[in-house]
Amino acid sequence: MNSHLNVMVGGEAGQGVQSVGFILAKAFARGGYHIFADQDYESRIRGGHNFYRVRVADSKIAAIAEAVDVLVALNKETIELHQKEVAAKGVIVFDNEKITDVAGIPSAFGVPLERLAVEQAGDKVMTNTVALGAALGLVRYDFAVSEQVLREYFKGGDISANNIKAARAGCKYVQENYHGDFDRFLSPISQVKRMLLNGNDAISLGAIAAGCKFVAAYPMTPTTSIMEYMAAKADEFGLAMVQAEDEISAINMAIGAGYAGVRAMTATSGSGFCLMTEGLGLAGITETPVVIVEGQRPGPAVGLPTRTEQGDLQFVLYAHQGDFPRAVLAPGTFEDCFWLTVKAFNLAEKYQLPVLVMTDHHLASSYGTIEKFDISKVAIERGLLVSDKEANDSAYKRHLITESGISPRAFPGQGKALVVTDADEHDEAGHLIEDADTRTRMMDKRLRKLTGLSKEISPPELYGSAETDTLLIGWGSTRGAIREATDILCQEGSSVSSLYLSELWPFPSGNIAGLLDKAKRSFVIESNATGQMSRLIRTETGKKTGTILKYDGRPFTPNEIVQAIKKEGR
Amino acid sequence: MATIADYAGIPIAWCPGCGNFGILNSVKRALVELGMEPHQILLVSGIGQAGKLPHYTKGNVFNSLHGRPLSPAIGAKIANPELKVIAISGDGDAYGEGGNHFLHTMRRNHDITYLVHDNQVYALTKGQASPTSDAGFVTKTTPYGAAPPVNPIALAIVSGATLVSRGYAGDIEHLAGLIKTSISHKGFSLLDILQPCVSFNHKNTYNWYRERVYKLENEAGYDPTNKALALAKAEEWGERIPTGVIYRQDRLTYDEQIPALKMGPLVKQKIDPGLAAKLLDELL
Repeated sequence: MNSHLNVMVGGEAGQGVQSVGFILAKAFARGGYHIFADQDYESRIRGGHNFYRVRVADSKIAAIAEAVDVLVALNKETIELHQKEVAAKGVIVFDNEKITDVAGIPSAFGVPLERLAVEQAGDKVMTNTVALGAALGLVRYDFAVSEQVLREYFKGGDISANNIKAARAGCKYVQENYHGDFDRFLSPISQVKRMLLNGNDAISLGAIAAGCKFVAAYPMTPTTSIMEYMAAKADEFGLAMVQAEDEISAINMAIGAGYAGVRAMTATSGSGFCLMTEGLGLAGITETPVVIVEGQRPGPAVGLPTRTEQGDLQFVLYAHQGDFPRAVLAPGTFEDCFWLTVKAFNLAEKYQLPVLVMTDHHLASSYGTIEKFDISKVAIERGLLVSDKEANDSAYKRHLITESGISPRAFPGQGKALVVTDADEHDEAGHLIEDADTRTRMMDKRLRKLTGLSKEISPPELYGSAETDTLLIGWGSTRGAIREATDILCQEGSSVSSLYLSELWPFPSGNIAGLLDKAKRSFVIESNATGQMSRLIRTETGKKTGTILKYDGRPFTPNEIVQAIKKEGR
Repeated sequence: MATIADYAGIPIAWCPGCGNFGILNSVKRALVELGMEPHQILLVSGIGQAGKLPHYTKGNVFNSLHGRPLSPAIGAKIANPELKVIAISGDGDAYGEGGNHFLHTMRRNHDITYLVHDNQVYALTKGQASPTSDAGFVTKTTPYGAAPPVNPIALAIVSGATLVSRGYAGDIEHLAGLIKTSISHKGFSLLDILQPCVSFNHKNTYNWYRERVYKLENEAGYDPTNKALALAKAEEWGERIPTGVIYRQDRLTYDEQIPALKMGPLVKQKIDPGLAAKLLDELL
């Protein structure tokens, strides 16, 4: 893996940090580079400190890196907070007419950002675009590529033209005035086109490809952009997106749509999911397919609203009272976000139950370059649906007891058959009951679905040898950092491999216990305070693992994992 | 044509004399008189004695959670607008546990009929005060008397409901007519139904109501499209209690404003993953 460049853009909310970061990422992606970009921001609309990191490489990357080659500082605080992260020959780009007391920072290179914005583009609002141009000038990147990206980002017209002028001014200024020893130059390496997207985009695309026709949700970081994406595409793709009054309503609306026969989903975060737990059980007992995206952020309660954590695992596995089957999938890559969302819709309908797709803020909002999904491989499996002819059978029973536990599903209004179901325990026809025997038989029927469902769950993915001293275990968004840490440790001569879970429930039996036995030591690396996956593994396999935990709301870097393993000694 | 016999359900577990029987009979009568077949309707209920009504007649049934019937009703209606969706609640279900859903469903004007069995008491849990219990109503959980009630009729008028009515379970003919009017209405209709509870409400009895209820349609000059008049009638509760259509307005329904539904019910639209390919190109 060859990291060519690591750019950080920092400033206050409202200064355009995100735009600069995204445009840089897109411009490098257009030049054939692989990108991983993440954002760190506060729960506020203006002010505070935000930064956006763009890592550029010539092979696939899936984690952030620490050493910053170019720090684009849109305010003084960015310099104060991040100057220590700047690499040996790195450069800090800042506005030397606005920030004057940075003497003694050798890497700082001043550009009159605001003045150039006013002089060249006519408005200081484009100060950030001048800074973008300065960064491009520093790395000597082909300006034509960036110009095209700017034109697309600002959707043509005067705004595009002025931003291009602003960027060009910044670029030119650096080319004419910078004479330092920065040497991380980039030029486009190929014409290969990859998608640049974040986890939420990939989930939304998966949902649309899977034929999701109904979304109900309540805005909540980090999944709001799923609502926004689905709403933007709703008319074109024949789907309805309802902004519900609360998460309780959101999941119940989705369940109603699922009962009526369309693929339906909702998306939320931990505390929104707290409100959805009542509905989760409703889907369980009424055997209604529904997909719930649970984007984790640090809790409890409001926690750190714009940060990342993997602290909801045990909650999601056991949420709601009583027993009923569910599936829990946890993508760790952008590809997983797409394919596991497709799988979630299939499992939900095949087994007629709620399926959770767990992500976290880091995966949901980080951007990366990936190859286009092969849409032709999307299979739609709707499970046991009755034909329109059978749907006229007056003896139809929605909850017919079967060997597999799966009852043939008709939709209300499909034919003359009446589709009856109940949140109360019910009989095969769906009418509420009180008797002990029916209760037992219906509970057994529902739980029997777990037998088939378990067979659908993919085993954990082993990276490296099954015969190693140290086994690193992860799930969800830590996948990229753990893999890169594994590579680094192996290159340094350690015997390390990693095991990664992306389909969590029903718990993948597979080879986990065997691998844990073979490894001399194992660590679950997860972003929570109590080692929730480690506990799950122990519960399910009886095997104890070590843990490397982080719960400060920030994502793991590969280097952090490497250092933590080294600290554990041998 | 379906008959009353076609609308027979499973054996009924309500108390003898319960006001729910009048409501059930009115519902069946309305559906028959409207010429509807059981498979054309979806009955979505919550929890409470009212929530059992769908089982005691015929139709597609989604008996949901306490306080939540409107939300699955909305999802189902959007998925398949060809279904005639009737949500059924009690006063605790609709105005207590489900209060937020009630407000926002009216605001959005979903095309749903909402029948609320309002007996002013929690009966299934054996006699606690409800959101519509009269002020001072003493129960085991409100030993000093209940707080003043919510006014569902006034709430509905100001929250955007497009048809707001009140019926009385003791007058089946009148109630059946109101149910027909509500089901035939395009948009959200609230029908709050005064329902004597013979077991736990010894204040608001059949006799108590009989002495008070009157029909607005017999009031000369009453115009349900006049919001100010409607709000004045919503405030009337005591010696005289108005029943009938209290308020009516014309407004686009939520479904009518969903472009995707112009292509037909979502449930009838084919799934074609290939269509998503163009979205991938947008991200290159």
